[in-house]
Amino acid sequence: MSIRLALEGAGYRYAGAAEPALRNVSLQLLAGRVLGVVGPNESGKSTLCLVAAGLAPGVIGGRLDGSVRIDGQATTTMRPHEMAQRCGLLFENAATQLSHMTRTVFEEVSLGPCNLGMPPAEVVARVRWALGVVGIEALAGRDPTRLSGGQSQLVALASVLALRPGCLILDEPTSELDPGGTRLVALALARIARETGVAIMVVEHKTDVLAEIADEIVVMDRGAVAVAGPAATVLADPRLADLGVDAPARVRLERAVKASRLDWSAALAGALE
Amino acid sequence: MAVSAEPGLLPEYVRRMPDGRYRGLNPVTRLALAAVAAIVAFGVRDWTGPVVVLGGVVLSGATAGVLRKMALFGLATIPLVASILLVNTFFYPNAHDIIARLGPLSPTWTGATAALQATLRVVAFGLSAALFALTTPMDDLLVELERRGLGRRGAFVVGSALGAIPRMAERAREVTDAQRARGLDTEGGPWRRFKGLVPLVGPVVLGALGEVEERTMALEARAFTAPGRPTLLRRLPDSNWQRAARWTLLTGSMGLAGASIAGLVRLP
Repeated sequence: MSIRLALEGAGYRYAGAAEPALRNVSLQLLAGRVLGVVGPNESGKSTLCLVAAGLAPGVIGGRLDGSVRIDGQATTTMRPHEMAQRCGLLFENAATQLSHMTRTVFEEVSLGPCNLGMPPAEVVARVRWALGVVGIEALAGRDPTRLSGGQSQLVALASVLALRPGCLILDEPTSELDPGGTRLVALALARIARETGVAIMVVEHKTDVLAEIADEIVVMDRGAVAVAGPAATVLADPRLADLGVDAPARVRLERAVKASRLDWSAALAGALE
Repeated sequence: MAVSAEPGLLPEYVRRMPDGRYRGLNPVTRLALAAVAAIVAFGVRDWTGPVVVLGGVVLSGATAGVLRKMALFGLATIPLVASILLVNTFFYPNAHDIIARLGPLSPTWTGATAALQATLRVVAFGLSAALFALTTPMDDLLVELERRGLGRRGAFVVGSALGAIPRMAERAREVTDAQRARGLDTEGGPWRRFKGLVPLVGPVVLGALGEVEERTMALEARAFTAPGRPTLLRRLPDSNWQRAARWTLLTGSMGLAGASIAGLVRLP
């Protein structure tokens, strides 16, 4: 599997800040795989997203140490519109990602390809593809400002995907969503990685979601990577609680069963009989 | 020249072809008509300018089917109209043709005539602006302005400035509700309401600024600053006669207003 995004010893300090928000982070994002990022507040997750997508320092300034490469090219050598085509970024608040310049979801999703001056037939093909991948063809004619939170987030996701980036970075995409909306987004992400080969990095507090969709997980703490590894291993790591991260419900249940000295497999088998 | 999609390529909900005589005009033609109405209403002296504009605007409003809504917009001019009528009728300088003496006040024919003329100008302009706003979706206008060279950045500035008003109002409502839930008193007399406003200003303004930063980054992530002309999917109907009419009306109205102000042309 090819490496889409690679951070090597990446550190970042916001302009005017005394302390770096990110320290010596090294990670790789592989094509078709989902990397989950968890950690307590102020641990550097959102900064990691900005740095990985090249917006920091490219757009917001600040100082970057180490290297961040998208498809082998350093983000510091790329302009924002070039990075947009290689690495899509989705923020927590779906409402702020809408342009408020369009009247239908179709036009909202077309904004990125239109900005690049693509031929109309190509724009239309990309919009239809992105709507299809995310599974929101039925919303195409709707007003983007009059959608539910989950639907808005999916529209924002389709808008970024229409640029056909090789990797996708999502900063808490389900934080404002109810369980139904969360499931919609999670299923869409899993499908996108599987069907399109896009490499996905998703910051997510809901470890149950990560347990379903992530292949690997990185736990951030005070701007640095504290734990990293395969999703099942990291989510079962007892250090998670000390790092302010809730284990998934399944792991907590297993621990509770173990603590009560029940035979988990026997209990499960009994329940299934 | 910006590239547009072939008509059959786009779904109907994106093409959105306007229908009707007035709505079928290109948005830029409607914008030019609104500008002409403003120039003639305020630039041509005496009665002709405002009366012609008012007649044209009412006729266009009836054609577009928005006359009733225009009337509601027209109500917004009432405070201005009332002050124009009162000030001019009762305090017009150097007017001596008194209509009647009402205690210390002496309304004059000259003042009343000037007041009616000014009122007509304000109402004609207000209704023409209302007609334009009611018949022209902002995205239609921006698409056409972009096609004519207004950069995407310019279109975004106009679009987001107009779109920011309802968002700010919504944010203000949310902040007000949140502050009320924490015991802030925003009801009662004017002074109490004013005092209640102070703690709302910070969260509303700071929240809006934070939103702007995130929106900027979100737009960058969608290649907003890419060089070159963007693709414009929609093409709204335009024609040679509309292009000719726009330039003729604009230059003609400016010429007429200039001549009228200079006293070269005297209309009734």
